[in-house]
Amino acid sequence: MAKASTKSARSKAKKPALPDRCDVFVAGAGYVGLATALSVARGAPDLSVVVADAAPEGVWEKDGRASAIAAAACKMLEALDCWDALVPHAQPMTEMIVTDSRTADPVRPVFLTFDGDVAPGEPFAHMLPNVEMNRILRQRCAEAGVTIVQGAGVTGFERDGALTRIMAGDDTIVEARLLIACDGVRSRLRDMAGIRTVHWDYGQSGIVATIAHERPHEGRAEEHFLPAGPFAILPLTGNRSSIVWTESTENAERLLKADPFTFEMELEQRFGLKLGELTVEDGPRAYPLGLTLARDFVAERFALAGDAAHGIHPIAGQGLNLGFKDAAALAETVVEAHRLGQDIGALDVLERYQRWRRFDTVQMGVTTDVLNRLFSNDLAPVRAVRDLGLGLVDRMPQLKSFFIRQAAGLAGPAPRLLRGDPI
Amino acid sequence: MSDSATTIDQAEVDRFSRLAAEWWNPKGKFKPLHKFNPVRLTYIRDTVCAHFGRDPNAPKPFEGLRLLDIGCGGGLLSEPMSRLGADVVGADASETNIEVAKIHADQSGVDVDYRATTSEALEAAGETFDIVLNMEVVEHVADVDLFMKSCAAMVRPGGLMFVATINRTTKAWGLAIVGAEYVLGWLPRGTHQYEKLVKPSEIDAALSGTGVEVFDRSGVFYNVLADEWRLSRDMDVNYMVVARRGA
Ligand SMILES: Cc1cc2nc3c(=O)[nH]c(=O)nc-3n(C[C@H](O)[C@H](O)[C@H](O)COP(=O)(O)OP(=O)(O)OC[C@H]3O[C@@H](n4cnc5c(N)ncnc54)[C@H](O)[C@@H]3O)c2cc1C
Ligand SMILES: C[S@@+](CC[C@H](N)C(=O)[O-])C[C@H]1O[C@@H](n2cnc3c(N)ncnc32)[C@H](O)[C@@H]1O
Repeated sequence: MAKASTKSARSKAKKPALPDRCDVFVAGAGYVGLATALSVARGAPDLSVVVADAAPEGVWEKDGRASAIAAAACKMLEALDCWDALVPHAQPMTEMIVTDSRTADPVRPVFLTFDGDVAPGEPFAHMLPNVEMNRILRQRCAEAGVTIVQGAGVTGFERDGALTRIMAGDDTIVEARLLIACDGVRSRLRDMAGIRTVHWDYGQSGIVATIAHERPHEGRAEEHFLPAGPFAILPLTGNRSSIVWTESTENAERLLKADPFTFEMELEQRFGLKLGELTVEDGPRAYPLGLTLARDFVAERFALAGDAAHGIHPIAGQGLNLGFKDAAALAETVVEAHRLGQDIGALDVLERYQRWRRFDTVQMGVTTDVLNRLFSNDLAPVRAVRDLGLGLVDRMPQLKSFFIRQAAGLAGPAPRLLRGDPI
Repeated sequence: MSDSATTIDQAEVDRFSRLAAEWWNPKGKFKPLHKFNPVRLTYIRDTVCAHFGRDPNAPKPFEGLRLLDIGCGGGLLSEPMSRLGADVVGADASETNIEVAKIHADQSGVDVDYRATTSEALEAAGETFDIVLNMEVVEHVADVDLFMKSCAAMVRPGGLMFVATINRTTKAWGLAIVGAEYVLGWLPRGTHQYEKLVKPSEIDAALSGTGVEVFDRSGVFYNVLADEWRLSRDMDVNYMVVARRGA
């Protein structure tokens, strides 16, 4: 459709520039924005897709974080021909230990596999550096003809009939049939679209860092429920682990300001010395934690995906996995509609995506919220409930598959990409 | 056929003209047709692709096919057909509908040749098509036999005609008239008259001797839980048939 103009704009300027028109405009080049753009472009090669990101060129390469990838998201990366390039950077997680430090018998192993059925010993998830995921997604996007422009934050947009006029970067105007906002948990585009959110602030922050240790972790992940909140150790390739450490925002700020020695002392107290001497390799950085759910995921010619639709507590490491499910469901909705000749930005088309994703999201948001409230409290009666809570987590897979079956009639089958099939 | 013969039932055409502003509002008076679109578009696309040997997942699978959307209304089907690559003529007896359809196609950047005319006039002008869409119209015309015969006459050798409508059964009366118009308020009251509904056998009868023959039939049923229309074996209420002319 607008493909010709995209190509000519690209050949004129050396650095990719924003075209005047495109079919699908994605705001935000985090992994959700990139995965959505790539899935649409591969499913419907005749649609022109543009990704515009606010950050200047090169900033994405400085992301030192890593994310847990569950089985379904892994299948999706396979279906998008990204997985092979990621294997050398992926650390399989074969075991997950959850402890509640304040109860008498602390160690109680459970498998926190929110994605259900895996055989024992099979990895239920992988840890992947964000930067590697971003790199391969960008490469595949370029191969699929997606234009990615950095330093082009969206500052406004207005709907006009069958188009949305988007202001991005230095007041460039792009006309698109559909605007997809993947601009993260503090989504400005969501506000600009007039979509309100439900928000709980935990008054807590997540401290994230990459830690090098002397001895191998053997693919084991740990989640310790400490008085201040969960402390997670997630294995990376080599003798390295990623930590997500919950503290009150006040304490987190204090820890970040403290000298490296004090920080490492505090870290050691929580991490333990079973893996030997610890060194901070990347970070620490702190992120305020909250639960933010958008009341609507779509509007006319507008859709939210990833953290922009739902920012959840990182307790279950599900932010990326929910985001990939959004990307797969939204791309399938758009591609299917396009293959039927429908208007890809029409509200009744986009509502299919909303029906598909909202149930799952709210359920996951509420589950992680309940877990966090339970485990961030040190009162005696709560501790009793907490024991029960761990028991509930033990039974999560069954509970979850029950809900999934209930939802199936309403929500339909899993998006094709999550089953490892092309759209 | 005589010059005075017409398929136009003026009261019906006037009723649609009065609602014309609503055509493209997915929450408005034509909401049921919008809701219908995924299932009927899928049926049309897959049948056409199988018949003409096209890949349904390829861009513009209908490229090179000339298509008539008779009784096109606001163009709810004409626009998707054009996006799929067909060369589309959208025809409706109501001038107002055609105006609305033209403005919308223009806004959407979709190319459709819209004309305020009837099937008998198009036939008389010698128009022919690879595909004729005859969707939710036959229950609104004055002369079913003339309407079906003039549409069939425009189907080229090897071409297809789709017909969608509502059956004349007690169940259809209960669901499509009492239910949809009076209980649920999905459709304006008076949208459908029971006596004007058409049975599948009457479609066959009207097509007899035209050389165009029905080869596939399907019911369409509303799934309340999924809030979605789906194909079904039950043709007692809404149904679609597809007919072909031998090559
Ligand atoms: C402490 C912490 C630990 C976590 N750990 C895990 C984990 O282990 N596993 C996991 O799966 N998830 C984890 N998450 C969640 C995960 O980080 C998020 O779910 C994920 O980053 C969301 O991706 P996204 O693409 O939606 O948004 P983001 O990654 O936030 O990307 C948003 C992008 O939008 C761009 N942008 C912003 N504004 C604009 C604009 N106006 N116009 C254009 N572009 C714009 C930004 O530059 C950015 O590139 C964690 C989160 C936190 C806070
Ligand atoms: C229920 S609408 C169907 C619209 C469209 N085919 C769809 O399914 O979305 C019926 C349409 O048929 C038109 N119509 C009624 N009688 C007609 C006739 N004799 N010739 C052409 N169009 C007619 C009406 O004006 C109206 O727009």
